Amino acid sequence: MRRSVEWLTATRESSINFTPLHALDGIITPNGLCFERHHSGVAEVNPLDHRLMINGLVDKPLIFSMEDLYRFPRENRIYFLECAANSGMEWRGAQLNGAQFTHGMIHCVQYTGVPLKYILQEAGIKTNAKWIMPEGGDAAGMNRSVPMAKALDDCLLAFKMNGEALRPEQGYPLRLVVPGWEGNMWVKWLRRIEVGDKPWHTREETSKYTDLMENGKSRRFTWVMDCKSVITSPSPQAPLNHKKGHTLLTGIAWSGRGRVSRVDVTIDGGKNWHAAKVDPLSLPMAMHRFYYEFEWDGKPLLLQSRAIDETGYIQPTKDELRAVRGTNSIYHNNGIQTWHVRANGEVENVEIS
Amino acid sequence: MLKFPRATILTLALLIATMMVVALATSAPANAGKLGLGTKATSKQIKAWDIDVRPDGQGLPNGHGSVADGERIFLVKCALCHGEFGEGSGRWPVLAGGADSLDSENPVKTVGSYWPYLSTAFDYIHRAMPFGDAQSLKPNETYAILAYLLNMNDIVEDDFVLSKKNFTSVKMPNADGFIDDPRPDARNIKKRKPCMKNCKKNVKITKRARIVDVTPDKEKNDATSPKID
Repeated sequence: MRRSVEWLTATRESSINFTPLHALDGIITPNGLCFERHHSGVAEVNPLDHRLMINGLVDKPLIFSMEDLYRFPRENRIYFLECAANSGMEWRGAQLNGAQFTHGMIHCVQYTGVPLKYILQEAGIKTNAKWIMPEGGDAAGMNRSVPMAKALDDCLLAFKMNGEALRPEQGYPLRLVVPGWEGNMWVKWLRRIEVGDKPWHTREETSKYTDLMENGKSRRFTWVMDCKSVITSPSPQAPLNHKKGHTLLTGIAWSGRGRVSRVDVTIDGGKNWHAAKVDPLSLPMAMHRFYYEFEWDGKPLLLQSRAIDETGYIQPTKDELRAVRGTNSIYHNNGIQTWHVRANGEVENVEIS
Repeated sequence: MLKFPRATILTLALLIATMMVVALATSAPANAGKLGLGTKATSKQIKAWDIDVRPDGQGLPNGHGSVADGERIFLVKCALCHGEFGEGSGRWPVLAGGADSLDSENPVKTVGSYWPYLSTAFDYIHRAMPFGDAQSLKPNETYAILAYLLNMNDIVEDDFVLSKKNFTSVKMPNADGFIDDPRPDARNIKKRKPCMKNCKKNVKITKRARIVDVTPDKEKNDATSPKID
């Protein structure tokens, strides 16, 4: 059942919902439990009528039907999709009492689709082409600028998720996949890609999805999702139901720059860290699952996880992030999350010294 | 004069013909890597969908609109959500004001105080607004609304007329307010190996969610609740 949070956005037509991380395991998010947001309601698109146009700096502007797209070379990739505003409500402190709400603007599914490079090759991109502009076919017509190097590298035009057709709220019949980069760029109900020599500076990459720093300047084109992790159980929605003894802790980690190479866990608020067991299914720009077992003495705990990715980047604390970015940047909060476990097993979202 | 026997000529002809067929099949480098899928888009089809506008003015339709015209249209089509003076109504976004507030504790980001380019507003208003009636505005109406928006934000005078001709001459107050992504940042670069044992002496809880208590499992409609736009 999908519920809307009334006060979170101006209307239901531009609403968001959250993946129930506390209740899941493994790295694949079931299709019906994938968070999503939209800017003008969920478009209902007839796949027979749907078209994808490629125009601009190309040798031959083309229009594809879905049937045309099904005839291109196809790939399957498992990728996480995280909203840049995930954990955005937590910049100023511990606010929402649940992993679903603090970290739930993320999912991870297997996409089936056509590498975008084949489509661009079909149209023939001109030598001065440096950017593409994907545009949605819903009422918002949402558009972004994507650099050509990324477009040709690993972007996909996806039409299936976890083996079945994209859900309507996930962009049926066609969405763009931009591995490791912020979810807003993964345009849904994709109807057009324009090829150009300069970025368009659309509303979603100027008014929104720019990071305001303390000094009043803003960062733009903040595309990549930094390495991040969170313990999903125990968490406020997954309290401990035993008084003491052998305890299993689990969580997820991910990085927009590749694989997660290590996750450390602390149960005493960062005094001592232990290497968690990361599931061997480790794919670049996909979710990773980790576990840590310990003997609980029944006393209060302060749980944290800290992920390190293959570039050597270490997940920072919220204080380290705030020291650089202030508290008004809204986006890209990948700080370490702390859960306070009480003696009675209840769990609360806290911040610590 | 025929010097060669007939058989040789036939063999030669066959050889040349085969070579030509083979050559035709493998040449045409302009189509290299193409699968022959999709249909050519006509200029009419492209014109119908190609609605984007860039900061350098590319994509702007012909047209013009005055501040006065813009005010009239705004009151009818926009004010219900955005307020008569762009101050925002209820949860709908505020469009005017916020000048010099970006480095304060509570910055107000509006078209005037934050958006770097005017073209963004043209592109967005035409493609997505009014909310629920997207792409209904004619070019002149969009120019007029923009002129009014600029006036609301004290960027142009009351008698200003915005047009395709003078569009790129309008500089937004925050045009120089953006820098490209400098990340990765905030990582513990001093320590190659993060601390594992006896990393801190004392730990205390400094903030708690229970006190703030805005988790969505309760009924709430608080203006101070964290929100997403």
